[in-house]
Amino acid sequence: MSSPVATPPKASETPAPVKRTLASRLATRPEIGAVAAAIAIFIFFFAIAPPFRTLPSFSTVLYASSTIGIVAVGVALLMIGGEFDLSSGVSVVTAALAAALLTFQLSLNIWVGVLFSLLVALGIGFINGYLVVKTGIPSFLITLSTFFMLRGINLGVTKAVTGTVASANVSELDGFASAKAIFASNIDLGFITINITVIWWLVFVALGSWILLRTRIGNWIFAAGGNQDSARAVGVPVPKVKIGLFMGVGFLCWFYGMHLLFNFSSVQSGLGIGNEFIYIIAAVVGGCLLTGGYGSVAGAAVGAFIFGMTTQGIVFAGFDPNWFYTFLGAMLLLAVLVNLYVKNYASTRR
Amino acid sequence: MTDTITEHADHTLHKGEPLVEMTDVGKAFGPIVALEGINLTVRAGEVACVLGDNGAGKSTLIKIISGLHPHTSGTLKVDGKDVHFASPRDSLNHGIATVYQDLAVVSLMEVWRNFFLGSELRKGNYPLAPMDITAMREIADSELKKMGISVKDINQPIGTLSGGQRQCVAIARAVYFGARVLILDEPTAALGVKQSGVVLKYTAAARDAGLGVVFITHNPHHAFLVGNHFIILKLGRRVLDKTRDEVTLEELTSEMAGGRELAELSHELQGR
Repeated sequence: MSSPVATPPKASETPAPVKRTLASRLATRPEIGAVAAAIAIFIFFFAIAPPFRTLPSFSTVLYASSTIGIVAVGVALLMIGGEFDLSSGVSVVTAALAAALLTFQLSLNIWVGVLFSLLVALGIGFINGYLVVKTGIPSFLITLSTFFMLRGINLGVTKAVTGTVASANVSELDGFASAKAIFASNIDLGFITINITVIWWLVFVALGSWILLRTRIGNWIFAAGGNQDSARAVGVPVPKVKIGLFMGVGFLCWFYGMHLLFNFSSVQSGLGIGNEFIYIIAAVVGGCLLTGGYGSVAGAAVGAFIFGMTTQGIVFAGFDPNWFYTFLGAMLLLAVLVNLYVKNYASTRR
Repeated sequence: MTDTITEHADHTLHKGEPLVEMTDVGKAFGPIVALEGINLTVRAGEVACVLGDNGAGKSTLIKIISGLHPHTSGTLKVDGKDVHFASPRDSLNHGIATVYQDLAVVSLMEVWRNFFLGSELRKGNYPLAPMDITAMREIADSELKKMGISVKDINQPIGTLSGGQRQCVAIARAVYFGARVLILDEPTAALGVKQSGVVLKYTAAARDAGLGVVFITHNPHHAFLVGNHFIILKLGRRVLDKTRDEVTLEELTSEMAGGRELAELSHELQGR
């Protein structure tokens, strides 16, 4: 019945699909720049800093990477989803303080505090996400506000409750040993002893990558960050995705906060400030676009690894550690330039 | 390419039956009335063309049908039942699919991810169930081939396709997901003559397969090629509402170009 309008595809108009070459496909991977940089930095420190070559020091590099990498997984997903979280650095400490103060003051089992602080961290994520979604104000401003509020709350509440700027030592509380085993123990792999955070880091990277690339939620994250109006028009629940992403950052902040608490048994309330930028740098170095819609979780892990290698490598090489921030800034600038190039290459017509 | 449409079109559709009926529909943004007193019936197997200049209310009208903005007055019926869409998902669930001129696709995402966006195939029905990526790639590839769109690699970002190809991917996607009513928002506005032809043929094919089509355009020539029913909007109000038998292309063109105002202006200018 529709023959008058039918236009069978003409053979001349449909060339056989051409598979892109491996090199061309690699060049459009978001993490390619970070991998190249990581290899270069590894070779550099391996060459000039003899202590860098030993397994125990590699273990400290992995540990330093994991302390950034865990939260960076959530931050990368959030950035791919088109948003930004400046409160992640202090949320970590808020979570740790919430657990420590509650359980110590009421002499509860530490696990009560662990669960309570999880609710607090998820709550912070939810409030950030809800405000961003409902008001349409850029997440930069919303989370800058929560950053300052939490910074004040961390100090103010700790001082009001304990009279000092740190929580009390919680290592005598019930449940401390079992919680420490999960959040802050060392694992002997025979040839190398690593902190359990390294294992958790790899687990979260694998899980985050899986969600991003293999599930429909990942598809929605890309779409929410890439073009949220298009996404909404085809039925993607963009507000839920964004609130979920903020809560994901909250969850990982909580996890790292628990590590801090059980590693050191007490928490300094002024910690964490500035780390939010390190998480963001790890994500950007790993190929996430600041504007959203593009990036990878594996890339953020490589970004965190670059951070870990550099903080430790500078010490092993005997450099003045103050240069670290200069290096970090230069890395970020380079990464932004590489990302711009990759994005343009990926979206030009071929 | 019509295979795709007849294959996926809803076979319970009967030509001429009303799918969407708008009665006296209006939309106000606070004190500003964007649309007022609109009556529009979308029938199966027919193309309803909505014409109008920029700012006439065409976009507001389709955003009501597609669930992006709820209407503030009048009634909207789908299959004879009163509805009030809260989100685009609601509208999609009623079989109404919209292809937008400007926000059809997410350009940094792969072609197959775009094709299935919002309706992903999954290997299970639990949270975090993996998507069936192999099947999604194959289906997207074969559906696009049926439409005559040559995509070098289904994994390339959709931003690397031409504007016409992107529009066709969006239309193919809507039809594939079982749309009963297809809303095309300025589908030919950004396209060249040849690419417009492809989109118009596809529009006619959708009509012949029994879908109800709402075709939004400011080009009366394109509208007259495929339309069964024509509505012209001006400043949020209906100024013309005629079936194909009652109207000529000249009348449509003149009305679009300003019609009465133009005649008055010409009178005034010649009277000097």
